[in-house]
Amino acid sequence: MASALINVPARAKRGEIIEIKTLISHVMETGFRRTQLGAVIPRDIIRRFVCTYNGTEVFRAELHPAIAANPFIVFSTVAVESGTLVFHWTGDHGFSVTESAAISVD
Amino acid sequence: MERPTSRRDFLKTAGGVAAGLGLGSVIAVAPARATPAEMQEAIRKVVGSARVTPGRVKLDLPPLIENGNAVPLTVTVESPMTEAQHVRAVHVFTEKNPQPNVVSFHLGPRAGRARVATRMRLADSQNVTAICELSDGSFWSDSAGIVVTLAACLEDGI
Repeated sequence: MASALINVPARAKRGEIIEIKTLISHVMETGFRRTQLGAVIPRDIIRRFVCTYNGTEVFRAELHPAIAANPFIVFSTVAVESGTLVFHWTGDHGFSVTESAAISVD
Repeated sequence: MERPTSRRDFLKTAGGVAAGLGLGSVIAVAPARATPAEMQEAIRKVVGSARVTPGRVKLDLPPLIENGNAVPLTVTVESPMTEAQHVRAVHVFTEKNPQPNVVSFHLGPRAGRARVATRMRLADSQNVTAICELSDGSFWSDSAGIVVTLAACLEDGI
């Protein structure tokens, strides 16, 4: 199974506002927790999420440790043309995941 | 002749000592927390010297949540979302989490509608503040109080 789930309507009317839901599997370790021996568990989070629509950035988010594990982000965009939506998550320790979804606009 | 300690006196003293110990241990285990002042400072960093006015933003949070590890929140801004007039960014802050910042969303006219949602962690019952930045450079805010039964960040790691 892919580590990311994306919900984008496959078809839309031109000019319609579409809602996009994204969910990615990640622990989002805060860096504030300790093991039973008292050692701090190092921070490991997703810091940035970007969505591009046919190469143009339409949405971006900067995440902090206060975002729940398995970040869930809902936003919207206007369906302007058929093409591809690319979703990119980057984070600590070189974390990088890219997913895409096709949309056909009529 | 000295009266032997009555049961009532003994219990009073013991209760006082126990309460003292209890209070002491609460202070000892309290984790590092951001304070409302730190939240104001974090907000200042984002807005600069601009004035933040309450209104136009709506922060939706459940009034009471059992598990602070995943608290749904939705931020809606009244805006036509046109090229001339749109929401540039939405920031969320907390008072009592270890860090005041939660998330920053950057949108634009391509969003069509200024509504974003996510799930956050909350370390305690507290106020959460959402601030939005409009394309004309003005800042608007909304706050919501929430009661958390089981706080995030308290359970032990591996």
